[in-house]
Amino acid sequence: MAGAAGPGTGPVAAGGDGDDSLYPIAVLIDELRNEDVQLRLNSIKKLSTIALALGVERTRTELLPFLTDTIYDEDEVLLALAEQLGNFTGLVGGPDFAHCLLPPLESLATVEETVVRDKAVESLRQISQEHTPIALEAHFVPLVKRLASGDWFTSRTSACGLFSVCYPRASNAVKAEIRQHFRSLCSDDTPMVRRAAASKLGEFAKVLELDSVKSEIVPLFTNLASDEQDSVRLLAVEACVSIAQLLSQEDLEALVMPTLRQAAEDKSWRVRYMVADKFSELQKAVGPKITLNDLIPAFQNLLKDCEAEVRAAAAHKVKELCENLPPEGRETIIMNQILPFIKELVSDTNQHVKSALASVIMGLSTILGKENTIEHLLPLFLAQLKDECPEVRLNIISNLDCVNEVIGIRQLSQSLLPAIVELAEDAKWRVRLAIIEYMPLLAGQLGVQFFDEKLNSLCMAWLVDHVYAIREAATNNLMKLVKKFGTEWAQNTIVPKVLVMASDPNYLHRMTTLFCINALSEACGQEITTKQMLPIVLKMAGDQVANVRFNVAKSLQKIGPILDTDALQEEVKPILQKLGQDEDVDVKYFAQEALSAVAQRLRKLDFPAKDSEEPSAPGADKNHFLRPRGPGEDTGKAHTERAARVVSEEAVEAARFRGTDAAKVSPRTGTPQLLPGARAVRAPSVLSLEEEECGRESWRMNFL
Amino acid sequence: MSSSSPPVGAASAAISASEKVDGFTRKSVRKAQRQKRSQGSSQFRSQGSQAELHPLPQLKDATSNEQQELFCQKLQQCCILFDFMDSVSDLKSKEIKRATLNELVEYVSTNRGVIVESAYSDIVKMISANIFRTLPPSDNPDFDPEEDEPTLEASWPHIQLVYEFFLRFLESPDFQPSIAKRYIDQKFVQQLLELFDSEDPRERDFLKTVLHRIYGKFLGLRAFIRKQINNIFLRFIYETEHFNGVAELLEILGSIINGFALPLKAEHKQFLMKVLIPMHTAKGLALFHAQLAYCVVQFLEKDTTLTEPVIRGLLKFWPKTCSQKEVMFLGEIEEILDVIEPTQFKKIEEPLFKQISKCVSSSHFQVAERALYFWNNEYILSLIEENIDKILPIMFGSLYKISKEHWNPTIVALVYNVLKTLMEMNGKLFDDLTGSYKAERQREKKKELEREELWKKLEELKLKKALEKQNSAYNMHSILSNTSDE
Repeated sequence: MAGAAGPGTGPVAAGGDGDDSLYPIAVLIDELRNEDVQLRLNSIKKLSTIALALGVERTRTELLPFLTDTIYDEDEVLLALAEQLGNFTGLVGGPDFAHCLLPPLESLATVEETVVRDKAVESLRQISQEHTPIALEAHFVPLVKRLASGDWFTSRTSACGLFSVCYPRASNAVKAEIRQHFRSLCSDDTPMVRRAAASKLGEFAKVLELDSVKSEIVPLFTNLASDEQDSVRLLAVEACVSIAQLLSQEDLEALVMPTLRQAAEDKSWRVRYMVADKFSELQKAVGPKITLNDLIPAFQNLLKDCEAEVRAAAAHKVKELCENLPPEGRETIIMNQILPFIKELVSDTNQHVKSALASVIMGLSTILGKENTIEHLLPLFLAQLKDECPEVRLNIISNLDCVNEVIGIRQLSQSLLPAIVELAEDAKWRVRLAIIEYMPLLAGQLGVQFFDEKLNSLCMAWLVDHVYAIREAATNNLMKLVKKFGTEWAQNTIVPKVLVMASDPNYLHRMTTLFCINALSEACGQEITTKQMLPIVLKMAGDQVANVRFNVAKSLQKIGPILDTDALQEEVKPILQKLGQDEDVDVKYFAQEALSAVAQRLRKLDFPAKDSEEPSAPGADKNHFLRPRGPGEDTGKAHTERAARVVSEEAVEAARFRGTDAAKVSPRTGTPQLLPGARAVRAPSVLSLEEEECGRESWRMNFL
Repeated sequence: MSSSSPPVGAASAAISASEKVDGFTRKSVRKAQRQKRSQGSSQFRSQGSQAELHPLPQLKDATSNEQQELFCQKLQQCCILFDFMDSVSDLKSKEIKRATLNELVEYVSTNRGVIVESAYSDIVKMISANIFRTLPPSDNPDFDPEEDEPTLEASWPHIQLVYEFFLRFLESPDFQPSIAKRYIDQKFVQQLLELFDSEDPRERDFLKTVLHRIYGKFLGLRAFIRKQINNIFLRFIYETEHFNGVAELLEILGSIINGFALPLKAEHKQFLMKVLIPMHTAKGLALFHAQLAYCVVQFLEKDTTLTEPVIRGLLKFWPKTCSQKEVMFLGEIEEILDVIEPTQFKKIEEPLFKQISKCVSSSHFQVAERALYFWNNEYILSLIEENIDKILPIMFGSLYKISKEHWNPTIVALVYNVLKTLMEMNGKLFDDLTGSYKAERQREKKKELEREELWKKLEELKLKKALEKQNSAYNMHSILSNTSDE
């Protein structure tokens, strides 16, 4: 192939003239036939570039026919193609030529793979809007008809999604035909097609004239809703929402309600589940009167359905249902007709039902008001707070804000505490993670005193959890707490405890100190950061474990903006320079990153940075953690003691990690400039455009 | 009262394991174990408290004129259903029904002339009432039969006997399809097929035999049954990816395909290409691959001209990331190669061996090993030898490379053997390829570089275009603003 030939003749200005710029395009088209799927895929994804370079006419006459022929490719390539073609109208010459895109998309709409077909239909729908009414009837509608009467079910399913986009703009005669085709697909032999038709029924009904809805859509709906396959029947429930919105109350009662009532009591749980799942939409669509007469009794049945799936789906809707009831009489209806069933669900045998209920039940308090909440709902909340399933308890706790607004959280705090403590120590880390996320909220509602007494120790314990995600969440949590309770509180309660961990024998805990400092420094402000945190960070620069050291560099970069120039210049910079000479490449890397950030900041502060300052030689000043700190800090004795402990522990730890490198996780994945090769190899240009000018021309013709 | 409670011991062991699953993502919410261990169906919700059963006299004690009457009475009695999820209710009635069902099974299998025309209606009614039901939601939607215990049907003590009875009825020498077809119709079969989704393997096993008998005896239902299976499979492949009875249905199909007349109808070929081959993409292929491969090979044994499209289909759906499935595909390819005709082999050798060459150099040693095992197959070896000029150039690169680079010593040893075999087949070609190997690699590398360069150029082109556009837009803008100024 010509593309492979020709040694590099140095850089060539790409696209010096129009023709040269086509050269890569020709290669790209060549790649469309490469054996490697990935290369074909790359090329397809650049299709718009190809078309742009070819110009509208050649795109229409050469590229599109070529693409129509490639429909036998892998599904992944076809999916990309289907997606690209949806945005191609401009590239083939605008709306007047939009129909040129139909042939390849028509073939794509008939392939087996659902995702490809769906994407093709999506693109067709997009393009249909760009057709002129005439082009729509001349090109688009015939395509829909062809698909609707295709042999294999795939084309018929695809057709179902296209009726609604061409119907509104078609003439009356064509409209009748379109309706006729849709009707026949609704009673198709293949359940797949009936499912597709049922799922588009509501959408189609919306674009039809009201008379046609009553005379044609309703019978189709009734038929689909009593299909032999439950997978079809359940889709009719969805359509019911759209159809109900279109009809008057009278018509609704006569035409739709019998079917809906039947669906709510269908023998298949899947259909009943669907009714429960769509309940709020149905409620809005049928209006308050029918809701009271029909839907509430149906809802009661769903709440005590024999299948837990259905009960859970209904339980999820309790709050929305109540909210959407008409304000007058709402309270009575809820108290008399809903609440008794909810009470039952609190002690349901299935945890998913209980947890679904727990996720919404708190919302009822705003609807029912203070007195009812205290009298009727509170016992339910308390029962759920003691539920054996952690998820139920968690759902209650996570929605406390609703109750807080109505009755205040104090009512619950006695029961709350044991529940929180238990969740905080749950064996599953995801449960712990979830409760951490609600800590700031709880802290705000329970107040600082309650928090200090009961919850603070929990928050600190999470910092040394054995799961990283928990430690990470715990540090974030601390930051949020500081924002809530203020710096003074932080200084007294949090910071000392965090800093003590800097000399923990476990390097993971020492790193947690650094992570906490990263998170807290901003909230704590310059003074605490400079006086209390910075010395600790600097001291840790001598840690035996490389991970700790490069995290020191990262932390210094992070807290740099908070420090003043003196601290940066006198304390941070020397340490970073020293780390920049570290034997470990990662430490070096991050130290240099931090150094340049610090230098930048110093420049910004308009401080003449002394960049010429000698970096300390490697190995010099091993005892830098003994370096004097700012005034009013550790006494010398305590300092030496701690240093000594650190040294001995480091020795132990170093022995543990030496050789295995176990402590070293690669921190740099994703920093591209460190990938060897990628930046080093700069290939000489092998595309020699001048040399191949003529050969290329003929070669390009071959491919198009 | 011996067997009235379902075996739950095994199931409860599985529960404690799945309880450990974290309950937070939506998926695992569904996955977590429910309270119940065995499933009842949804059918009891509307049924209120029912009449207690009263034992009827034994059939063998009745006179021959009374027998028929009593038989029908017993059938009607067995139409009453009991809730087995509630293990303490109706114990007496449950036992009476169980005994009656046992008696009925015995009655139809040991007596001749008892299946008279008038009984068909009652018999099918009794069977329908008991087995046709909406299957309850699966306790474990990500059910993995290799690891998880299936949820068993709670009412099995009765349902098993009903299936037993159904089979004896179908297999009885007195059974007349011409009468039965009035009752065992399309709707009946449709419902029967839906039951194949049952999670209980015992039930699916019975269903398999029952459907096979029905397919054998009711000629009028055959096309319908095939079409419905077709639909179930298509829904399985393209919509739900979930159906418990795929393996059983494939097993039945295996024997159906065996009986297809030649030449094959277009409908059957379409089934092979549009249903069976895409079925290889299913997530749970491991559960039914053996049956699926059997069906495919059956087709090829019927009509060898299907070999090329089938192999191309398999190559199209070749697993990209799942090594376990790749091993299965290789197994199926070997089964196909076992029956392939040399002329057909020539048609697909190139794409096929390109794939095999990729598999051989897989870093997953089981995939590499499975592919290398092809060289232990005498027939495949003879095919390779006949076409060594074509195959050796395709295979050489990967074999040569992994002989130097593969991490697994077993694979390296196997590769050496394969290389040796190939060398013996055509030493000259082998030497040539060894000689040109380096040049070939360099050519590939160069091509790679060219490609990189191309993409870079394309980016530049795009930038330039965007820039031009911006400029022209800017010019337009300035022109417009100029004109408006004037």
